[in-house]
Amino acid sequence: MEQYEPDRLTSARTAASRGGIRGGRASLSRRSLLRASAGGALTVGGIGALSACGIPAAGQAQGGTSAEDHSDKEKTVNFSNWPVYLDVDDSGKRHPTLDEFARQSGIKVKYTEDINDNGEFFGKIKPQLAAGQDTGRDLIIVTDWLAARLIRLGWVQKLDPANLPHAFANLSEQFRSPDWDPGRAYSYPWQGVSTVIAYNKKALDGIEVKSVSDLLDNPKLKGRVSFLSEMRDSVGMTLLDMGKDPARFTDDDYDAAIARLQKAVDKGQVRRFTGNDYTSDLTKGDIAACVAWGGDIVQLQEDSPDVDYIVPDAGWLSATDNLLIPNKARHKANAERLIDFYYQPRQAALLSAYVAFISPVDGAKEELARIDKEAADNPLIIPTKDMVAKSHSFRALSDKEEAAYEAKFAKLTGA
Amino acid sequence: MAAVTRAPAPPAPAAPQQKPPRKRGRLTPYWLLLPGILWLVVFFALPMIYQASTSVQTGSLEEGYKVTWHFVTYWDALSEYWPQFVRSVLYAASATILCLLLGYPLAYLLAFRAGRWRNLLLILVIAPFFTSFLIRTLAWKTILADGGPLVGALNALHVLDVTSWLGWTSGDRVLATPLAVVCGLTYNFLPFMILPLYTSLERIDARLHEAAGDLYARPVTTFRKVTFPLSMPGVVSGTLLTFIPAAGDYVNADLLGSTDTRMVGNVIQTQFLRILDYPTAAALSFILMAAILAMVTVYIRRSGTEDLV
Repeated sequence: MEQYEPDRLTSARTAASRGGIRGGRASLSRRSLLRASAGGALTVGGIGALSACGIPAAGQAQGGTSAEDHSDKEKTVNFSNWPVYLDVDDSGKRHPTLDEFARQSGIKVKYTEDINDNGEFFGKIKPQLAAGQDTGRDLIIVTDWLAARLIRLGWVQKLDPANLPHAFANLSEQFRSPDWDPGRAYSYPWQGVSTVIAYNKKALDGIEVKSVSDLLDNPKLKGRVSFLSEMRDSVGMTLLDMGKDPARFTDDDYDAAIARLQKAVDKGQVRRFTGNDYTSDLTKGDIAACVAWGGDIVQLQEDSPDVDYIVPDAGWLSATDNLLIPNKARHKANAERLIDFYYQPRQAALLSAYVAFISPVDGAKEELARIDKEAADNPLIIPTKDMVAKSHSFRALSDKEEAAYEAKFAKLTGA
Repeated sequence: MAAVTRAPAPPAPAAPQQKPPRKRGRLTPYWLLLPGILWLVVFFALPMIYQASTSVQTGSLEEGYKVTWHFVTYWDALSEYWPQFVRSVLYAASATILCLLLGYPLAYLLAFRAGRWRNLLLILVIAPFFTSFLIRTLAWKTILADGGPLVGALNALHVLDVTSWLGWTSGDRVLATPLAVVCGLTYNFLPFMILPLYTSLERIDARLHEAAGDLYARPVTTFRKVTFPLSMPGVVSGTLLTFIPAAGDYVNADLLGSTDTRMVGNVIQTQFLRILDYPTAAALSFILMAAILAMVTVYIRRSGTEDLV
């Protein structure tokens, strides 16, 4: 039987607190902790770990790898898109064409706007695709040079024509056979993108701009001209202006185009190389004229009557943003059904009426005329025959060419 | 008696001082640190090792990348992009100095003169953080617009002739020039300067000022000999918090600058996302990290302060 002994308790408390000091703060000084953790990191990491890293070759055979298709069991499809690249209703929350798709097919679309930049998006999905894992996405939209790279790397799946009757029948002639995906085995265009010259009437104040040469050479425009930070658009337009075909050019042609741009940069003619942010500079008039994307112009014109565009005599560049199904996607058939849905002229017209880029669907013009007569007559949405005749596309590049060309262009833009 | 026996059992009466501390007690702090250490290992140490490895690899996307101990990448990166490195340091240093010049009086006002307005003013200092970094930077494009009132006024006062002669601006505009980039950096990092300055100044006992006055120090002398030395920890941490992120920033140079204002952050971004030259991007990151670390070490040694707040 033990007795309650208060003085012992006090001594125990003193001991405990002393132990706390010694075992706690004293034994764990900041310095020893730093040493311990640095040592730990080095032992754990070590030199061995450095060499154990590395990125495996992407060398899968073309054709991609499929996963088990859950389309029949799970009536859903995960669709990743760019912002403001799909129709929305007045509340800004619902997408009428997606709702219509769900009604017709019973497939629910999980729609995310998580693509802001081709390069960034590639960086985002690369680890999973390189490791042969599901990205969680069944359908993505990327610009054709990235689509070409994904196909080249074998990271996207071949489409099943049986699920794409409308797409096969209604795809416009000019988009049918790009050199990077002949016969559209892997991809279908979401929208066509035109690269033209835009200007602000007020800022130009009577200065005539008709060609890329005017942008590069007219001293009155010094510091008030911008080009796009997309290499293919800026160099492609310059190649056209120099009488070369962006679909068939040599290394020397490319270097000549870069040199021509470099001369303009050196004398301060070119203000900046921009992404989408040229639009605000253009409406404010800080930029008088620039290389620009057609779809942006259509949208800008609604608010800024001073903004207009011209198609240079030398021609314009046409590219596409493409729907692709990444490897290991769980709902491939559902994704194909969604692609096919947007190749019905009526749905294509509803989409184009909102996003104002080039519709790749034959028959969309007639449908669009019923919704919005003005849009149907806009050559930036439905190109006229003359316009189509002047369109050019940038040829597909190999891995090595792409790296070399991008490096040269990066040098031009300052980094 | 039963109630008493339930009292906590006292330890053995033997002199506890001689006993080594119990093992469990000694490990407790480490257990408490475990979440933090795990966090650092996963989100700092591992990425660092991965980056270090990437920087000595060679290869291409299609062939894969292998570690070949290709240290030449570092030399190539440095010899190719040293102008961007120099520019980053210059811009970040200019922005830091501007932040200090603008931030110190404001922090002083907040600490000693603001009175009942202090909390409101502090909220105003932090308010810009409620909007996104990008939006704030884009707003500067409106403020500095070519035809805008600010640039118009600067032109009328011939200020831009001077800055243009110095090479800070070009022609009669501010946007897309080094000055715009430095202004953007200054604005975006100003709160990081003000807050540490404020905490250090606020801690100074106001009676020290009185004492200095009693000893016939003029206000200038009081500031030079009392206030400023005591605020050194705030100055050092403020300049570090401004300089380090500013040196690695690429958004301001991208949105407010032009081809001749690109900083090393822009180069890394381009190498990583556009050219897909991952080894060069990783090497550049390491060079930047090492350079900043070296500069910061020298700076802290020189400043002679151990505390950082």
